Amino acid sequence: MTSQATAVAQPSPFFTPRRLRRIREAGLGYLFLLPAFAVLVIFEFFPVFYGLGISLCTNYRIRFPEGQSCVYGLANYIKAFTDPSQEMLHSLSVTVTYSLISVPLQLGLALILAYLLFQNIRGKAIFRVLFFMPYITPTVASAAVWAFLYSPDKGLINEVITALGGPALKWLGEPRGIFQVIATLNGGSLPAILQGPSLAMVALIIFTTWVFVGYDTVIFLAGLGNIPGELYEAAKIDGAGGWQLFRRITLPLLSPTTFFLLLLTVIGTFKAFNHIYVMTLGGPGNATTTASILIFKQMYEYTRYGYSAALSFILFAIILVITIIQNRVAGSRVVYS
Amino acid sequence: MAIQTTQPRVMRPARPLSWSTVAIYAVLILGAIVAIIPFIYMLTTSVKSYGSLIAGNLWPWPPLGTEPVQWINYPDAISQIGFDRQWQMPMFFRYTINSVIVTLAVVVGVSFTSVLAGYAFAQMDIPGKNILFVLLLATIMIPGDLTIVPKAVMMYQFPNPFGTGSWYNTYLALIVPFLASVFGIFLLRQFFMQIPKDLFDAAVIDGAGHVRYLFQIVLPLSRPALVSVALLNFIWTWDSFKWPLLVTRDSNMRVLAVGLQQFLVGEGGTKTHLMMAFSSMVIVPVIVFYFFTQKYFTEGITTTGLKG
Repeated sequence: MTSQATAVAQPSPFFTPRRLRRIREAGLGYLFLLPAFAVLVIFEFFPVFYGLGISLCTNYRIRFPEGQSCVYGLANYIKAFTDPSQEMLHSLSVTVTYSLISVPLQLGLALILAYLLFQNIRGKAIFRVLFFMPYITPTVASAAVWAFLYSPDKGLINEVITALGGPALKWLGEPRGIFQVIATLNGGSLPAILQGPSLAMVALIIFTTWVFVGYDTVIFLAGLGNIPGELYEAAKIDGAGGWQLFRRITLPLLSPTTFFLLLLTVIGTFKAFNHIYVMTLGGPGNATTTASILIFKQMYEYTRYGYSAALSFILFAIILVITIIQNRVAGSRVVYS
Repeated sequence: MAIQTTQPRVMRPARPLSWSTVAIYAVLILGAIVAIIPFIYMLTTSVKSYGSLIAGNLWPWPPLGTEPVQWINYPDAISQIGFDRQWQMPMFFRYTINSVIVTLAVVVGVSFTSVLAGYAFAQMDIPGKNILFVLLLATIMIPGDLTIVPKAVMMYQFPNPFGTGSWYNTYLALIVPFLASVFGIFLLRQFFMQIPKDLFDAAVIDGAGHVRYLFQIVLPLSRPALVSVALLNFIWTWDSFKWPLLVTRDSNMRVLAVGLQQFLVGEGGTKTHLMMAFSSMVIVPVIVFYFFTQKYFTEGITTTGLKG
């Protein structure tokens, strides 16, 4: 690739020093980007298409015997919708329930803690470190500890409840709805729609909240620190009280942080896996089989790669739609100062 | 309500405790207790005898009880977890070594790829840079659950260059797919962008190119950001469970998290004291490490959190 461009009267070289430098810089730049992009392309982008292929393969095997190959079709997708167990829809409803309860719970508690920590108090740093500890702890280990805390037989939580005169509960082993459990204790029963999320699910939500509240609090604290103090001073001069300051200044000006955390937490609940697998394996029955657990189990325990891939595409599409709607709704309420 | 306590520090001793201040401390202390009770339960249970465990005795040691502290549970747990014949050591140590190998490799690798890519995005003049950056951000949108099946299949299909067989059940499967991190690239790019271009021009006059400028001037300036990337990736990799469970089969290829779960579903499920000793050995080093480095964690999280 050289000198056609130089076919003019004055021999001005195509490769001026300046141009050479720019080409060299671009080459070096691509070289710098190469390692990261190679990994991301092979292990993030390519698998999306590969996974689509696997999901369309009705008789998928990792190694086909001699002379056999994939038969392409929609059987895996059809099975996901028509399987008598309705496990796909069930896992979706479990995931959404998990998300709908734990997200507001987590963010609400974190906002309260952050707001209190933001006041002029002593030991702020110590509280922050302690609240953050559960997040830093290896999840599998803390989930194992909590599995014993929840133990129906001499678990610490039941011991405390019974010491206070309450009933011992089955926690992670209880597939019945929490309101149904309460009603049964009082000798009653509830119609299916009022039974609430399973107690096992509630136990998992309590654990997730314990893990993530400190993390959310730290981010809320940073957001609170970005609100200019003069606003509070001015509002106080105008006679605003504590609640008004919170409602009219803190909440709106914190909304970008809240929105970011909301996004992060919703995504986090949709992909939650480790603690659920460690504490319940998706059970009892399928009471805590979230989408993530279902996809994993179909692949890991039943080696149904094609079906599992189809499930992941369907569930991803549905969850994407939910997330977009949620972002539209929540995003429109963000105030950018 | 709560907000009115914004008075200068010096005033504090003279002011009587108001109800709102007491309430604030009460809530915060309650929160702190809830945060640490599981740790206390774990540590105390890990040094109980099986007898006190069955009896449900919360504090069997002096001054309330007579039992000595059962440190023996720790060596007991280590010996009951199993033995690695390949490397002739208790399985617990093999798990630990595996976790250390995988975590170190990922942290070093991610730091390397992120520094290079972050620098290229922040400081270099490359055609098509913006498109590549959008592409990079798009990978965040790809959920792990969508790609886990094909990725697992790929581990069975990629040939192992260091031996026979595939990547399945080898360190390659545990390390290579995680050698790039969008988070790391993004954080370092943000940091590198704050370094003024003039500094580079000065370095060029002194005869440095991009490579020397990056390694001799930019990196020393960027220690806090690098440490944040390394620490967070350390925690995430150390914590990983789903993928190692999926792509390893033999006990001697398991990492600590998987080994712990396998012990829980096996023998440890009933031997709570040994299980808690195992958990303590996994958790305590991380917590100690965290206490020494917590400043960087908070920094890393809040910078990416708010500028991201």
